[in-house]
Amino acid sequence: MSRTRIRAIFVKELRDYRRNRFIMVTMALMPAIFIVLPILDIFVLPAVRASSAASSALDKRIGLSLLYMLIIPAVVPATLAGYSVVGEREQGTLEPVLTTPVRAEEFLLGKALAVLLPTLAIVYAMFGIFLACVKLFAQPAIATAIFSGQHVLVQLLFTPLLAGWSIWVGLMISARASDVRVAQQLGMLASLPPLAVVALLSLGVIHESVALAVGLGTALLVVDAVGWRVVAAVFDRERLVTGGRT
Amino acid sequence: MNPTSSTKGPRREDPSTIAQGAAHALEVEHLTKRFGERTAFSDVSFTVDYGEVFGFLGPNGAGKTTTVRTLGTLLTPSTGSATVAGLALSRANGVEIRRRIAIMPESPGLYGRLTVFENLRCFAGLYELPNARERIDRALRAVNLVDRANDLCAALSKGLRQRVGLARALLSDPQVLFLDEPTSGLDPVASREVHELIDGLRQGGVTIFLTTHRLEEAERLCDRVAILNTTLRTIGRPDELREQLFRKALIVRTLAPLAKPEGAFGGVRGVENWQEDGSGAYVIAVSDPTVAAPEITRSLVAAGADVLSIAESHHSLEDVYLELVDEDVEAKVGCS
Repeated sequence: MSRTRIRAIFVKELRDYRRNRFIMVTMALMPAIFIVLPILDIFVLPAVRASSAASSALDKRIGLSLLYMLIIPAVVPATLAGYSVVGEREQGTLEPVLTTPVRAEEFLLGKALAVLLPTLAIVYAMFGIFLACVKLFAQPAIATAIFSGQHVLVQLLFTPLLAGWSIWVGLMISARASDVRVAQQLGMLASLPPLAVVALLSLGVIHESVALAVGLGTALLVVDAVGWRVVAAVFDRERLVTGGRT
Repeated sequence: MNPTSSTKGPRREDPSTIAQGAAHALEVEHLTKRFGERTAFSDVSFTVDYGEVFGFLGPNGAGKTTTVRTLGTLLTPSTGSATVAGLALSRANGVEIRRRIAIMPESPGLYGRLTVFENLRCFAGLYELPNARERIDRALRAVNLVDRANDLCAALSKGLRQRVGLARALLSDPQVLFLDEPTSGLDPVASREVHELIDGLRQGGVTIFLTTHRLEEAERLCDRVAILNTTLRTIGRPDELREQLFRKALIVRTLAPLAKPEGAFGGVRGVENWQEDGSGAYVIAVSDPTVAAPEITRSLVAAGADVLSIAESHHSLEDVYLELVDEDVEAKVGCS
């Protein structure tokens, strides 16, 4: 493994993203949409916390509102990762890269980091804006519920885990697909299952507990760690160069 | 033109991976690549020496690009073996082989939203080159693009992009440089610039494997050529190939057709046979033109013919190519 080669891919990707209008619009627009919804939702919540039942209902409403924020790390990386390999192939830039000493693992890790880091920056920035809005403008009881609950911790921990899942699934689809749009659509679809679990938790269909959160987090962590190796194993230079005529 | 310095001969050798007795930059033995039922190339064998410019010719679909991709470790051969820059062609040696070679594909495949410098910087990183900036400057100087370093690649003409592709291929001082149709789609001026670059590299001692279907390009640039049409049809120096395929001949032109050509050419020393070529000239197959030409002149003068010219027949590499490729076409027609 060469850090220099991973860095070369990473830097190149970031430069390319920065000058790609489609990607910049995707990265700016999607988070903007998904931050407006929870902010509006939180502001219309009733502030009554007279009973434990009401408190539980409020927690669920907050959880549901914050779920919107978790859509960002699930969907944004899927779009970028879906473009990553098949997009290069369509542009004709993949073959020159594959003729260099770069290994599949290095190539994929460089690409994954280039998707992960901007995603984390965007999501955490959005969450920061959200928390600031809550602190400044939400009813005190609701603000207290958000800051004192486990919501903040869930957002901070599940954001990279969900993003990791989306990236590896997106990259795998991108390495096997023959069309950018198909890869991105499949990538977005494939990014939803872990989000569905989080949604079921938020809606109270699955009862939340520390053990469940730890189990789910661990499962995602394992998938993220194994995902890299799995995608590297299905990364077939020959197929990518010849367009699958093998 | 100012080609970059080259490193000749194997370097960074690891005895466990070096093929035994690798004296050539490329050694290919009975290499075959199939895609399912379709054979891209079959039973190809040849060697390329260090410092040689080797032309790989063939019609579209002959298997030239697939051969380059196979030797560049992008494709796995179906059968056969090869040694590339001193290393046995195998998956295990893939990274090290790719470190020692460079491939410039037919389309340079540059990142259009990145500048020329940024493109080269990325590849310098992929080759883990020390002194990257210095090497990039040197490569840009080699292709006369120093003043375009900060231009976005998308804004460059096709000829300039091809030069950037060549600069990228030169960055790592490769032992073997594969150029796949480097002048494809270029106008004559841009083609000439690329030719000059390749000429400069040859003078710098870089081993070049040049695939092309431009015969004049191969004839001008290459020390040896091979003609591929799925199988290797021939290999050798262009003049050797001409000699192998075409008998030596003299073209004789007279003011008027000869009344008795057999009398003029029949018993002349060195003449093997003769025929009219349909344009009023006689094509005379000879064993040695320098011996036969004076004899034929004397014979014609003695026969009272008015001789306009006697010249040695010249065949181009194109004639050789067409002869071999036409044979294949005829063979296919015959089979069907």
